[in-house]
Amino acid sequence: MERLITYPKFTKEMKATHKILIPNMAPIHFAMMADAMRDEGYDVEVLGSSGHEVAQEGLKYVHNDTCYPALLVIGQFINALKSGQYDLSRTALLITQTGGGCRASNYIHLLRKALVKAGFPQVPVASLNFSGLEKDSGFQLTLPLVRKVIAAVFYGDELMCLANQTRPYENEPGSADRLVERWTKEVARQFDKGRGFSKRDMAKNFAAIAADFAALPITWAPKVKVGVVGEIYVKYSPLGNNELEKFLHKEDCEVNLPGLMGFVQYCIENTSETIRLYGGNGAVALGAKTLMAWLTAREKLMIEAIRQYPQFHAPTLFLETKKMADGVIGYGNKMGEGWLLTAEMIELQRTGFENIVCAQPFGCLPNHICGKGMINKIRAIYPAANITPIDYDPSATRVNQENRIKLMLSVARERLDQNNKSQRGGTPAPLYGEIETPSTVTLPRPAAVPAPAHT
Amino acid sequence: MQIGLDIGSTTIKCVVLDENGSITYKSYERHFSHIVEKAAEVLQRLSDELLHGAPAKLSISGSAGMGLAQASGVPFVQEVFATRVAAGRYAPDADVIIELGGEDAKILFLTGGTEVRMNGSCAGGTGAFIDQMATLLKMTPDEMDAAARTAEKTYTIASRCGVFAKSDIQPLLNQGARTGDVAASIFGAVVNQTIAGLAQGRVIGGNVLYLGGPLTFLPQLRKSFDKALGVTGACPDNSLYYVALGAALYSDKELDLADVARRLTDYSATATYAFNPPLFANEAEYEAFRARHAKACVPRKPFAPGCGPVHIGIDAGSTTVKAAVINEDDELLFTSYQPNSGNPIPIIRQLLLDIYRACPGVSVASVTATGYGEDIVKSAFGVDYGVVETVAHFTAAKHFMPDVDFVIDIGGQDMKCFKIEHGAISNIFLNEACSSGCGSFLQTFAEALGYTVPEFAKLALFADRPVDLGSRCTVFMNSSVKQAQKDGASIENISAGLAVSVVKNALYKVIRASSPDELGKKIVVQGGTFYNEAVLRAFEQEMGVEVIRPDIAGLMGAYGAALYGQNKARREGRAHSGLLDEAALDAFTHEVKTAQCGLCGNHCQLTVNLFSGGKRYISGNRCDRPVTHRSAENPLNLYDYKLHLLEGYRPAEHAPRGTIGLPMALNMYELFPFWHAFFTKLGFAVLHSGASSRALYLEGQSTIPSDTVCYPAKLVHGHIRRLADMHPDAIFYPCMTYNVDEGHGDNCYNCPVVAYYPEVIAANCRELTGTRFIYDYVGIHRRRDFPKKMTAILRKYWPDITHGEVQAAADAAYDEYAAHMAQLRARGAEVIAKARSEHRQIIVLAGRPYHVDPEVNHGIAQLICSHGAAVVTEDSISHLVGKVETSVLNQWTYHARLYAAARYIADQPDMNLVQLVSFGCGVDAITTDETHEILQAEGKLYTQLKIDEIANLGAVNIRLRSLFAAIEAQE
Repeated sequence: MERLITYPKFTKEMKATHKILIPNMAPIHFAMMADAMRDEGYDVEVLGSSGHEVAQEGLKYVHNDTCYPALLVIGQFINALKSGQYDLSRTALLITQTGGGCRASNYIHLLRKALVKAGFPQVPVASLNFSGLEKDSGFQLTLPLVRKVIAAVFYGDELMCLANQTRPYENEPGSADRLVERWTKEVARQFDKGRGFSKRDMAKNFAAIAADFAALPITWAPKVKVGVVGEIYVKYSPLGNNELEKFLHKEDCEVNLPGLMGFVQYCIENTSETIRLYGGNGAVALGAKTLMAWLTAREKLMIEAIRQYPQFHAPTLFLETKKMADGVIGYGNKMGEGWLLTAEMIELQRTGFENIVCAQPFGCLPNHICGKGMINKIRAIYPAANITPIDYDPSATRVNQENRIKLMLSVARERLDQNNKSQRGGTPAPLYGEIETPSTVTLPRPAAVPAPAHT
Repeated sequence: MQIGLDIGSTTIKCVVLDENGSITYKSYERHFSHIVEKAAEVLQRLSDELLHGAPAKLSISGSAGMGLAQASGVPFVQEVFATRVAAGRYAPDADVIIELGGEDAKILFLTGGTEVRMNGSCAGGTGAFIDQMATLLKMTPDEMDAAARTAEKTYTIASRCGVFAKSDIQPLLNQGARTGDVAASIFGAVVNQTIAGLAQGRVIGGNVLYLGGPLTFLPQLRKSFDKALGVTGACPDNSLYYVALGAALYSDKELDLADVARRLTDYSATATYAFNPPLFANEAEYEAFRARHAKACVPRKPFAPGCGPVHIGIDAGSTTVKAAVINEDDELLFTSYQPNSGNPIPIIRQLLLDIYRACPGVSVASVTATGYGEDIVKSAFGVDYGVVETVAHFTAAKHFMPDVDFVIDIGGQDMKCFKIEHGAISNIFLNEACSSGCGSFLQTFAEALGYTVPEFAKLALFADRPVDLGSRCTVFMNSSVKQAQKDGASIENISAGLAVSVVKNALYKVIRASSPDELGKKIVVQGGTFYNEAVLRAFEQEMGVEVIRPDIAGLMGAYGAALYGQNKARREGRAHSGLLDEAALDAFTHEVKTAQCGLCGNHCQLTVNLFSGGKRYISGNRCDRPVTHRSAENPLNLYDYKLHLLEGYRPAEHAPRGTIGLPMALNMYELFPFWHAFFTKLGFAVLHSGASSRALYLEGQSTIPSDTVCYPAKLVHGHIRRLADMHPDAIFYPCMTYNVDEGHGDNCYNCPVVAYYPEVIAANCRELTGTRFIYDYVGIHRRRDFPKKMTAILRKYWPDITHGEVQAAADAAYDEYAAHMAQLRARGAEVIAKARSEHRQIIVLAGRPYHVDPEVNHGIAQLICSHGAAVVTEDSISHLVGKVETSVLNQWTYHARLYAAARYIADQPDMNLVQLVSFGCGVDAITTDETHEILQAEGKLYTQLKIDEIANLGAVNIRLRSLFAAIEAQE
């Protein structure tokens, strides 16, 4: 007997009739991305639900050994569908799909299976991907939509970056967050009028955002600086990482989350890298290169805008961050966050954020390699590296996670007290081509090797 | 005065320092999880007796202290950091500190680059683990230490987590291993866990300091560390108090201790936690529930002369021994339910004597054994029949509900659930080693909190806000419980929460059900754990169905075995059992010896039981060889053949370019023929690292950076160590995002671990320093591009290599690979044909190429063959079907084969699939469900075997025997 595998497709017509639900990941970015989609005629809603029901629903309908982000995202969807707030015949779901060799490419299929199990087989799921998967979907990334989404990601990165540098020092608690909110609305307003995503508009907005943050009154004092890297969902999503950013803020730290655009650029770079390593269509590689140049031009505008204010630590240009991984991990390592995660850890080392939380779902396959697997090597090059890997899963207790982070922070604080050399803005990031990279890295040979324990 | 309070997971330590930094007061007390109360008590006492109300500098540390410090406004010092502060003052010469606590393990490297590490979210190998194991051995930890001193040998015990280790230890005990040996093995496991989890490539040497409770109180554990590390470590004065000392030294805030104590007490009243609805709304609901369940009972008759011929069922389970004696009318005459105290033999002997004495002159018609101890019981006492547990339970359940369609049995250590269709078991779910949140789990918690199991269960019934504890393994649960206690959850609510979590574990982790309809309508629940009314209620509540719980829920295995024997004896016309008579039982002796089997590479640890009358029972073996002395070469085992093929590749004698070494691990198990041909053609002598073994794993374990990666990947470290010792001119282990493209899937990826593990090796294996380690990214999926790309890579190391040479080598490689696979498939076809001609069942033991490694599969293929079936691999049949339509993204080459193999056996009535899943394989979270669905749609059984470091095959065997029993029943 042949199994019949069918599922409802998201058709073009549904754009007019259906409300599309989106799981939340990076709150600032996703709010603006949703605005961009609304302007293109999609009725979208970013799910804000949290709490333990979300994980419980996930555990019910998804294989419990599947990664935590899948449990949460699917749990969030099902929780929403069960809430009775939505007309089930007019609701669709949107989920991202990377198309890589990681389990994440399968989230959409796991979601469809879960929907059937949970009694919502009629709810269509659309895929948001750049890999050409699910070509028959009625949800298509048109050029105007792509331009707005990209602008939204850039704005999100800038707002996140500046808010994180302001929040710990602001004189008036909440002023940075209010500014983020104001700008989120402003961007939506511009999108609505068909503005805000041209290169010129972006340059203007980047500068205005930086100026607004620079104008917020602050009182600076040396604080422990912590970078956060990791599996993309757990890195950004407060639901996934037990409100890590908030926790670090409460611990009186300055937090640095490398931007979301880096992941987009990483995916594009991988197209060219794959062709470079194994051969393939040159035209595709050229296309990727062109797209990369287009993005880099906008990225530079953002960085320049921030650089106008020396008190701020501007993000490192993506292509420079990439270079930093040279000799540490191969650019062929492209599953999950791959070489980007390693590169980000190094970038943080070189820009004054020696203290790092490397966050991943329990049992995350790529992070065995590019996260936990690289820490020793990074420490061999940057002895000050103070990195703690933290695993997240439905039953890992928050107190355990926070205790391990506190250990990392104790070491950081001790160092801060000892040399007190922390400066506003951190070590300035080199901009274009200023970076030398170690071409080869060797680990010191141990003096003696412990005898293996035989049982 | 400076005061440090160290609130750990099991104890509270307190130190008071005077102005000169010398200790004027110290205390060490267990808090029995009354953390808040105890902390307040200690502080109050200090305030009253020592300070007389004066303020003092205070800080709190310890894994359980964080929330409390926050709530009471006391500065918190992270405990590892506190240890370092104290070491700087009291042990300035130390190089490395190893500190084991209740739930934490820590290593501090103090010289040569300070680094502090603590265990991740897995708390195996710590004090709690040792306590758990001691409970299992029915000893105190001190007694365990004393026993370990007498050890003669050690067994391999999985060191990752308590649950794993338990499933290794329990069978050892059941099989009669000496407790001293087991105790020493447990300490060895702790040592390995600490090194594997925390060394991460750093060398532990120099002045080593041992701190914390377990290392202070257990000299044998220290010895174990000394031995493994090749050092003589010291346990300094105040080794229990380093964290508290560090906290004291770090304190700089003057506080009124009585005030702090008050704030703590207030805190416990206000904290909140996530909770479930109560089990019973009111007393009336509970009474109705009790009345309903009281109806499911078995008629009983007095066990006295004249009761007629009887049938005895013995269920030698993992933690208990159960027996039932019935008459020809299925009536119950005698029952027994007792803990097996680690060794079932003397207990069963006594039990049988009790039966003879309770009813002098009784005529025993049949005796049937089931459970973990089935084999040993059978050979010791002349028992007539053996029956696999699942069948015994099904037989009993049928007695209560002839049309039962779902049975769930939660016992001491196992959870068994099965679906019944058309009167036969159609689907079996057993708990994996990682989720055995069963009876012994509740017992451990009850005892740790100072209650008996029935008392503890009773507490749960009217809890108002049962704690939501999730559904993970015991160790995670431990910390969840501690957290809940800190948040003010009462014992009642914790007990109820644990009951709910046992149920959730069963439903969502083991059965993976999402609704009652999936399970069936006629459900029988059994096993001792369901005597716990809280668990029973939670089950009904969670599933929304009313179930039958027989009054003999805990004896169902024994009762079922007796029924099975009764039926079988009738069919065979047996009137008298071959059971030893009373006199023979009186004179019965039992002696245990240990030996290591040397007949093959598995080197099984054998336990030899000698019984009176010269009878012998050997356990610990994976195959029949030590018993029958037959050759292991089995023409019906394709796993053997696969290994044999690989052994055929030898290094070339003429090798102008030198030697190149390849680690025999992960994808190399399939691609070795490819690379062997490739490099041989280029003029290299190609070496490999040889067979995996436990010893090889241990050699490499100190360089493993991520302790949650799968066992096959961990083994790579050992292989690299071996290769480095061979000093080849280069070691080749390429990164491979893509695998060969067989056209069976939407893409041809490797999983992230297989694809990129070489990066981990390059970044962490220091023994490679000075060795040419080639781990470039290589794509053999694009045959046309491969030679050019490969030439560029190789020329970096051997500039004289030409494109032409590489082209020729590549051709040879692709040819050899094709020939190798063809050979394998041809042999697969032969095995299938031979099995069919002999009317044998054929099992497709489906996994990945590296599952052929005996250290990874633990001899499961041999075990299947010992049941009379033939074993083939997934890759020997996957080519027989085209691309399979799947409801998941079919993008990994190895997994595409799995789906194809599952599809292929659909119309092969004599073939069944057993999937091997390595613990921690993220990809298999997806493939197992999909494979299950493919097979289910075809009306086939699905069996999954989860494997890790675990070497014991008891659970695996139950699953296999259940499978064969189900196949038989289906026919």
